[in-house]
Parts: sequence; structure tokens; C-alpha cells
Amino acid sequence: MSEKEVKNLEEIFEQKIARDEKIEPKDWMPEKYRKTHIRQMSQHAHSEIVGMLPEGNWITRAPSLRRKVALLAKVQDEAGHGLYLYSACETLGVSREELYDQLHSGKAKYSSIFNYPTITWADIGAIGWLVDGAAIINQVPLCSTSYGPYARAMVRVCKEESFHQRQGYEIMLTLCRGTEEQKQMAQDALNRWWWPALMMLGPTDDASVHTAQSMKWKLKRKTNDELRQQFIDQTIPQADILGITVPDPDLKWNEETGHYDFGEINWDEFWQVVKGQGPCNKERLETRVNAWEGGAWVRDAAMAYAEKQAAKKVQKAS
Amino acid sequence: MNKENLIKYILGIADNSLILGQRLGELTGHGPSLEVDIALTNISLDLFGQVRSYFQYAAQISEEEKTEDDFAFLRTEREYVNVLLVEQTNKDFAYVIGRQFLFDHFHFLLLNELQKSKDETLVAIAKKSLKEVSYHKRFSSDWVKRLGDGTEESKQKMQTAINDLWRFTEELFETTEADQEAIEAGIGVNVTALKDTYLANVSEVLTEATLEKPELQFFQSGGKKGIHSEQMGYLLSDMQFMQRTYPGMKW
Repeated sequence: MSEKEVKNLEEIFEQKIARDEKIEPKDWMPEKYRKTHIRQMSQHAHSEIVGMLPEGNWITRAPSLRRKVALLAKVQDEAGHGLYLYSACETLGVSREELYDQLHSGKAKYSSIFNYPTITWADIGAIGWLVDGAAIINQVPLCSTSYGPYARAMVRVCKEESFHQRQGYEIMLTLCRGTEEQKQMAQDALNRWWWPALMMLGPTDDASVHTAQSMKWKLKRKTNDELRQQFIDQTIPQADILGITVPDPDLKWNEETGHYDFGEINWDEFWQVVKGQGPCNKERLETRVNAWEGGAWVRDAAMAYAEKQAAKKVQKAS
Repeated sequence: MNKENLIKYILGIADNSLILGQRLGELTGHGPSLEVDIALTNISLDLFGQVRSYFQYAAQISEEEKTEDDFAFLRTEREYVNVLLVEQTNKDFAYVIGRQFLFDHFHFLLLNELQKSKDETLVAIAKKSLKEVSYHKRFSSDWVKRLGDGTEESKQKMQTAINDLWRFTEELFETTEADQEAIEAGIGVNVTALKDTYLANVSEVLTEATLEKPELQFFQSGGKKGIHSEQMGYLLSDMQFMQRTYPGMKW
């Protein structure tokens, strides 16, 4: 293709995005657009399936049948989200196996929040309330992102996430209206999950390397700092209803700005976890690798069986 | 039929779903593929849904103030009356499938008969559950075929699982005192009468899967009398952990 032709395609592509039209798998797209989308969508898919593990911990120990069923369904939804998102990645020409390899080798990242341990039942409430709450803030704008398959997957994902968020909050509410011991359990979970949840909205704008390009492609509509402020402003009144307090002595309402001011985030901790040195990074990755490698013989068998069946069909037909 | 024995009869059915659902719940997030992970979680969800219906019914007819969770979480190990088969551990995927397969075929026949019960609530639960269990049966039978007629390695693993689990199949067809009374009242299912059909159905799948049906002289039973395998205690200590640690609280 001549330089002029490429330039022409680029112009058509840019115009489409400017008009808020979707880019579809068969449309021409710049290589960087394709790569950025594979990176972001696969990170998201990996986060969903790694995220199944900390919550999955509590399926066998859920305190009531009702909670057990809800948690099973929630973790199953996450597997479903992983499935859509890996499929959306496949539309850009990368297989699920390749993406798993990137996850298992440590090359691909997933949301750092899932490297924190779930040590009490209240953590299941806190994850739903705060982690899914922060995820929704990150993800709602993606429902109108420029890449069609991603945008459509996100519509469904967001609906389910908002259900999970309400469910998590309801767990917290039940604990906070329960005994003193239960309320303490809820407060302890908030203490441990609050800062990691704020970190989920990403590094501050001046440290975020992808923001400018992503805003242009509508992969992002607001900056990390704006999203973080939105999350805090919406979450503090919810904590007030629960009657528990966020572990930030600097948090206070600012009449002038109409937002909450908040304390310094420990970015050293954030980078430590991103770089693989969080409390559970090693365990999470090991678990995923074991499930995949341990399941290889099962996948091989399914493949061999399917081939035999196909051969039988051909034989019958001839 | 008196209420106490009816509850015993209900628990005899419900505990199988409870314990198998719990075992499957251990696997969520660890499946050999996302699709299988989702399917196994789905089966677990179905089973727990059934358990809730049975236990809610039991709580409703109980003369004591009881809830579904009291039945699920607050009995001693000796009071659970599930069969030994369903409490067997998730040793590997072939065991998971083998256990599921051997139970699903029984479960399907049981529910099919339970639809004819004189107890309307049990009929309603059986009708709803039967739809779910016919899917479970198809899922596990398909996987027995895939693994049996897949690779050499999968064939050997599937055969080993069937061989090891076969000793628990006889117990499925034992009738307890509560069963006997329920059968006489026209409420319960005579499980002994299901055995021939079960063996024929299971054998058909095994043959298609190029697997051998084990010929055993000795079988294991005890679960229906509350005498369980050693691994049952560990399962219960997880399952009951919250209710035992924080007695009387609402969640």
C-alpha cells in the first residue's frame, strides 16, 4: 500500500472516531490502535479470571445458603466476563492461548487489587462495594468506546457489575446492622480495601503514560484523577450510611470545590504490587498456571475426541 | 407419614445435592477451561437451588423453629445422610466427572419418579430440578465419552476414576427406614427398583466411551446412616466455619 493510501485510510479512521462511529473488526485500523486494544482488553479479561480467585476462596465458607448461591453466581459472572473479553480480543487476531501465555509468563498485567488477600467474610462485601464500585467507574465510559466488540461487551459487563456492587453493599449493610463483632469485621475490611480501591483508578494523571492517546480513541473519557474523585465523592456518603469510616485522617468535605479532599496515596505500595511484590501475586499466578497446565490433558482429550467424531462423520458420508 | 420422618426423607434427598454442590464449589476458578469452569459452577448453583427448596420445605414442616441454614450448617457430621459417593474429593478432573456422572444418572431417575409423589411440594421441586439434572446428566455423560474416547492418558484416568468410584454406587439403591415409610405413604421413591435401569444407562455410556464397567464384589456404604468418609469432616469444617464461629448471627 502506498503512503498516500495509508494516509487516506488513517483519515477515514480518524473521521469515524470523531463522528462517534464504531470501529469493527474488519475495518482498517492503525497497528497501534489494535495493539493498545489487545493490551487493555486482555488486561481486563485477565483481571476477571484472576479476580475469581480471591472471591472463590469464600464459596465453600459462605455463611448462609443465600450468600453461597449469590457468590457462586457472582464468580461465575466474572468467568463469563473473561470469556466475552477474550473473545473480543480474538476479533483483533490474538488467541486466548497466546493471551494466557502472556498472563502466565508475567508479561501481561491484571488489576493489582486481586493481589490482596480475602481473609474475612466482610472482604466479600468490601470487594463488591468498593472494588466493583471502582471498576464500574472505570468501565461505564467504555460502553461508548470506539471499538465495537469492546463497547458491546462492556454494556453487559457493566450491568452485571452494578448488580454485584449492590450485592456487596448489601453484605456490608447487613454486617453493620448486626452485632458489634460483625460491624468490626466490616470496618476492618474497609480499612484494608480502601486505599487499594483508590489505586484501582490508576496512577495520577502526571504519571499515567497512556492517558493522552486513550482519550483520543475514546478508550478513556475522563482522566484517572477525575475518576478517582468521582469514586470518592460517591462512596463516602455510602460509608456514612453504613456507619463506618474510611481510614484517611485527611478526608474532609471541601465546600469550595464541592468535592472531598483526601490524603496522599501510597504510590510506592501501588508500584510494588504492580511489579509482582504484593501479598498474593505469587499465589494468584501459580493458581492460574496450575489450573491451565493441570487441565492440559483434559483439553487434549476433548480435541482428540472431536477429531475422532469428525472423522467418523466423514467416513459415514463417503 | 409423621413430620419427623418426612423431614428425614427430605434430608436423604437434599443432602446429596448439598454435599455435591459444596464439592463443586471448591472448583470455581480452577477449571481446565473457562467454559468448563462456568458449567461446573452452574451445576453447583442448580444443586444449591434445589437444596434451598428442600430445606425450606423441611423448615416449614418442622415443629421446631428452624431455617434452611440450620439444616445446612448446624448438624453434626453423623446427622448428614448423603451417600458416600458425593462427598468424594476432587482428586482430578476425571474423578469430578466420574462422580458427577455416577450421581447424575441416579439423580435423574430418582427425580423422574419423585414427580409421581403424593406430596405436592416434592412434586414441584422434582419437576423443576429434573430439567436441571437432565442437563447435568448430558454434561457429565458427554465428558465421560470425551475422556474415555479421547487420548490414551485421558482414557486411563477416566477408567481409574470409574473403577475407584464404582464401589460407592451400590449405596444409591439402599433404602433407609425413612425411605421405607415414605414409599408406603406413597410419597417416597423405591430406589432399589431403579437399579437395573441405572446400570443399563450407565453401561451404555461407558460402552460408547470405550470404557469397561467394573465388576466388583464388595461395595462401600454408610453415608445414608451418617457414617461418612474421613474427608467429610474437612468439608464440613469449611462449610460450617462461619455459623460455628459466630453463632446466631444474621448474614
